[in-house]
Amino acid sequence: MGLTNSSTGLKALDSNPQTKRKKSDDIVIALAGNPNVGKSTVFNGLTGMNQHTGNWPGKTVASADGICVTENNRYVLVDIPGTYSLMAHSVEEEVARNYLCFGEPDAVIVVCDATCLERNLNLVLQTIEISKNVIVCVNLMDEAKRKKIKINLNLLSKKLGVPVISTVAHKKSSLKTLTDTLDKVISKEIVVSPLKIEYPEIIESAIKNIQQCLMGYNLKNLDSRWLSLKLLDDDQSLIKEVNNYLGFDLLKEKDIKKAVNESKEYLNKNNINADKLKDMVVSIIVKTSEDICNGVITYEKKNYSSVDRNFDKILTSKYIGYPIMLLMLMVIFWLTITGANYPSAILSDFLFWIQDRLTDIFMYFNAPDWLHGALVLGVYRVLTWVVSVMLPPMAIFFPLFTLLEDSGYLPRVAYNLDKPFKCCSACGKQSLTMCMGFGCNAAGVVGCRIIDSPRERLLAILTNNFVPCNGRFPTIITILTMFFVGSSVGIKSSLLSSILLTLVILLGILTTFAVTKILSRTILKGVPSSYTLELPPYRKPQVGKVIIRSIFDRTLFVLGRAAAVAAPAGLVIWLMANITVGEANLLTHVSEFLDPFAKIMGLDGVILMAFILGFPANEIVIPIIIMTYLAKGTIVGIESVSEMKEIFLQNGWTWLTAVNTIIFSLMHWPCSTTLITIKKETGSFKWAALSAVIPTVLGITFCIIITAIAKIFI
Amino acid sequence: MSEKTCLGDIMPGQTAVISALNTTGSMRRRLLDIGLIEGTRVECLGKSPLGDPSAYLIRGAVIALRKDDCKNILISKFN
Repeated sequence: MGLTNSSTGLKALDSNPQTKRKKSDDIVIALAGNPNVGKSTVFNGLTGMNQHTGNWPGKTVASADGICVTENNRYVLVDIPGTYSLMAHSVEEEVARNYLCFGEPDAVIVVCDATCLERNLNLVLQTIEISKNVIVCVNLMDEAKRKKIKINLNLLSKKLGVPVISTVAHKKSSLKTLTDTLDKVISKEIVVSPLKIEYPEIIESAIKNIQQCLMGYNLKNLDSRWLSLKLLDDDQSLIKEVNNYLGFDLLKEKDIKKAVNESKEYLNKNNINADKLKDMVVSIIVKTSEDICNGVITYEKKNYSSVDRNFDKILTSKYIGYPIMLLMLMVIFWLTITGANYPSAILSDFLFWIQDRLTDIFMYFNAPDWLHGALVLGVYRVLTWVVSVMLPPMAIFFPLFTLLEDSGYLPRVAYNLDKPFKCCSACGKQSLTMCMGFGCNAAGVVGCRIIDSPRERLLAILTNNFVPCNGRFPTIITILTMFFVGSSVGIKSSLLSSILLTLVILLGILTTFAVTKILSRTILKGVPSSYTLELPPYRKPQVGKVIIRSIFDRTLFVLGRAAAVAAPAGLVIWLMANITVGEANLLTHVSEFLDPFAKIMGLDGVILMAFILGFPANEIVIPIIIMTYLAKGTIVGIESVSEMKEIFLQNGWTWLTAVNTIIFSLMHWPCSTTLITIKKETGSFKWAALSAVIPTVLGITFCIIITAIAKIFI
Repeated sequence: MSEKTCLGDIMPGQTAVISALNTTGSMRRRLLDIGLIEGTRVECLGKSPLGDPSAYLIRGAVIALRKDDCKNILISKFN
């Protein structure tokens, strides 16, 4: 899952797999695989959908489904979260396992990484135990070729007893074999007879004892051998799910309970207790994978990953690891700020030209003033501001960030930053969820599912909002540029902007650490749990594809949200400016009401009102401020972004106002979508409320302190 | 030379063979899942800038593990 219009916003909420058989003859195919093996790319290639892909484990934390039509069949493809195992240690593994067990897919495609096949087979073997119709898709064959890793697919297929095909998923043509094989498996032209994992004799007879007893029951789609093993395993949460699925309680059936107890006793007698059994089961699967790989994989180059290792040496080096991270962040901001200047100017010129033409049309038809005011000066103008000020930085930042994501750098960031997080008793993967927060906090909150420990997950969810999302950082950029850099366009000033922006982001990150630490010392007490983090191989990002797709996806998303939220907001502002109660209009009443408190914070009533109105979407904060100043004042219109500062200055802005607005933008309540997502992910109003209270209180406190200190010196 | 007993003791560039996992519960499952069973060869690739965690090559994949967790991963030999 990434930051597309289907994964952010409200749709981020609907993220558990359900089999959507739109028609009864639809064939449902599940797409499983380890994290970060190009599963989403295969999914996109097959369905033509734009699920975002990224080179870091845990990208698909929620599942998606799409339609794939071949010559013979129509398939509903379900992309389930990437996992290493189906033993359900974390939320995502549970989602994946439950889908494979109870979702009744007609076939399962397990996508594997050709450069790391042995470990991927672990999941293949576990899947084979659950499902009959399994197809193994060895992806990233181009990477394997580059590293001179040879894979004997026929031998692998023979050993596994299921079809094995190879793909280079970003080349669509290579997926043809996959769909052909799928057709053949579904039509039973290819008969799948998966390998049976052989456990030691003692375990086998314990399994057989239960299995014989289960024969007398309708187990629906569940495999009796697998279920017997799980009953022995005593996996309570799984047994509960199984009971739900079957509609009866397995262990309440006397003969099953008797058989399970018999088998457990038998194992105990042979010195195999529950823990030892689990160990043996996992070890045998690992050893089986090792055996299968013998003869299947040949490494022609001994140091096949030396390029990756060299990159790692530089990017995670003791001395320059951190400076490189900072530099990377600054370069991205610099490119964003420099690149956004020109399109911003062009866009606003163009959009204001249209506003004039719209006015002409209204004049031509002798439309009443209030209609022109409400639609053109209200709705249209606020839309214009949203598009021209907010869109260009987003359209540049987003693809840049995606390129970084695709390259595999982000897990290294998590690796570098793990120790500070550990000092806060948190999980190093929190930095991955923070990175996701740059795109969209709601997506970042869902992304927290990659963190196994519930306590550490809550820490990450509650602090995600301290990373300014895509909707907020153009606000910060605009104000920074206006007040601290000057309007001159040049390398020097854009460099200064990006340094300042980096400092603001660093403040957000420091706050994240501080709040995480305080939380883990107070209401979320606990010791850091153990953790494993994969550092995947670096990959060359698909530059062209990424740029086109993320601009396109993002642009549509932003425009959609802008239209949905900014347009009514523009109308409200215009109405408030034109409805008079007593001696002044509503707008003045509201902003004067907020003004005394806002003044203590070094803001003004209008800014505070804009933040409140920006609750559904932070993108509209600046546009609302401008609109309100315009509606209040005598100036009829401003034609370009550069004239904006003038308006702000006329309304009493100083550098102090600018600093406080930036601080408050960084630290205030999360947007409505994020709050709903937090409520959904934590299952409690309490945590959602807390996630709004913490940043708001901090933001207000910071602003008040800064203002108080500044007043002493001025 | 001091004796090396757990995975945390080996330095970048050194290789060890796993002898036992001295941990229980979910961490034990996770370590087994990534292929750390008895007899697995593991190479230490490097340390993160602040010295912890370290990166290990385990069955073809690079996995970062914290020092505290490595204490519970016992090794039999190294070079």
